[in-house]
Amino acid sequence: MGEIRFMKGNEALAEAAIRAGMQGYFGYPITPQSEVIEYLAAEEPNHDYTLIQAESEVASINMVYGGAAAGARVMTTTSSPGYSLMQEGVSYIACAELPCVVANVARGGPGLGTIQAGQGDYFQAVKGGGHGDYRQIVLAPNSVQEMVDLTILAFDLADKYRTPVLILSDGAIGQMMEKVELPEPIPYKPDKPWATTGKTHDRERNIITSLYIQSDDMEKKNIHLQRKFKKIEENEVRYEEYMIEDAELIITAYGVTSRTSKKIVDLARESGIKMGLHRPITLWPFPADRISELANKNKVKAFFSIEMSAGQMVEDVKLSVNGVKPTFFYGRTGGIIPTPEEVIDFIQKKAGEL
Amino acid sequence: MLNEMIFAGFGGQGVLSMGKLLAYAAMKEGREVSWMPSYGPEMRGGTANCMVNVSDKPISSPIVTMYDVVIALNQPSLDKFEPKVKKGGILIWESSTIKDGPKRDDIRVFAIPAVDKANKELKNVQVMNMLILGALVKINDIVKRDSLLVALKETLPERHHKLIPLNEKAIALGMSLV
Repeated sequence: MGEIRFMKGNEALAEAAIRAGMQGYFGYPITPQSEVIEYLAAEEPNHDYTLIQAESEVASINMVYGGAAAGARVMTTTSSPGYSLMQEGVSYIACAELPCVVANVARGGPGLGTIQAGQGDYFQAVKGGGHGDYRQIVLAPNSVQEMVDLTILAFDLADKYRTPVLILSDGAIGQMMEKVELPEPIPYKPDKPWATTGKTHDRERNIITSLYIQSDDMEKKNIHLQRKFKKIEENEVRYEEYMIEDAELIITAYGVTSRTSKKIVDLARESGIKMGLHRPITLWPFPADRISELANKNKVKAFFSIEMSAGQMVEDVKLSVNGVKPTFFYGRTGGIIPTPEEVIDFIQKKAGEL
Repeated sequence: MLNEMIFAGFGGQGVLSMGKLLAYAAMKEGREVSWMPSYGPEMRGGTANCMVNVSDKPISSPIVTMYDVVIALNQPSLDKFEPKVKKGGILIWESSTIKDGPKRDDIRVFAIPAVDKANKELKNVQVMNMLILGALVKINDIVKRDSLLVALKETLPERHHKLIPLNEKAIALGMSLV
């Protein structure tokens, strides 16, 4: 059994990055994720990584680009407005096919918004965010423990596919404290023959670029990228389900709302309603096949997407359900977490109309 | 057994740290815990609170709307959270500074003049929160007193360890008040 600690989600993410062998961190403080850089700055003297507080999020992501090109295990973390500033860099990194981890401990938007937790960045996270035809793996932790587990996974997936991996968390998971089990530090041996570590006489130059000025080359690159994304879709879908076996009404939720949704399921079961929860852990690749499978079960009557947004993940749920069953949405914005009571009221009302 | 609690008061009264200490103590006893702070634009003198869950089973929602235990250390917190105590639940309020006390008769109410007692008997108002925590564990038995002491030692930075005896005294004094 690993070391047990009582930690904030943000601190846990930072500690996990250290244990995953992170070599470079570049970030700019923003609530509600500032504990990450605070923790990493305090721990820096005890470890080998480089930490730079950049002058902006634009600088952070470009430092990540540089560090990743040089073959280092690198990360940046931010919150919603900061993540918007990074989009150009993420698109470049995706095209240049470099591994890196970015965490967005999301707050309520749009604009400068509120510092309270939000899930309004779903579209930005899973549908692109930056320009061009790229995808990124998006992991959505719903506990302090998963801030650890998914951070370690994020570094491994980034290396495996040479692609940016986004951890889409939220202010509530970042700020809350829970018991967490930390793994032993993982010995990290980079195997990156493509990295720009200095040309030797026995090989050609390694070139990292996102510029393909000839149309043919650019299309070739796109075909290659799409093939890679397809492989990710085939191999990396992750989800968790709760009380799903005999469920007639299915909630879909991720992040902190999946925690309140678990309670909703418990409360519903107590009053004899057969409810279950499907929680995507990877928001991209989205568990579309599994949701489609659930939708085609006879006993399943309807889906309810519960979010802290004006309705974003619900679009992917609807695409997966494909009209086979009704799909409803309930959300709050402004950093307000839907309470179990209001959600149950909503579901009962809608279920009554079926 | 799930205990859903909220600690609420002014920033600077130590509501976040008392919740954290209790959660840590419960974790040391092998229970599942969660601690969720309010983290709005609060400052010293503004309102602050934290929700704490202690359970024998994994905790589903860290967010709670009705509580088994409410600790209210100022008037706005008492006014806001008195209606949110579950029937038969516990409400502990700071009775030397709050003017309008609670009105419900379907809950267990405990008035603790923690500010007065801490000032007069311990000559230090800052440990008022530990006094309340002492009263809470006496009433509700969520964690053992010894676990709180372990938590103090393990969570306070070394340079503050000279304050542990005073905190212990405050916990004992709080226990003696109920």
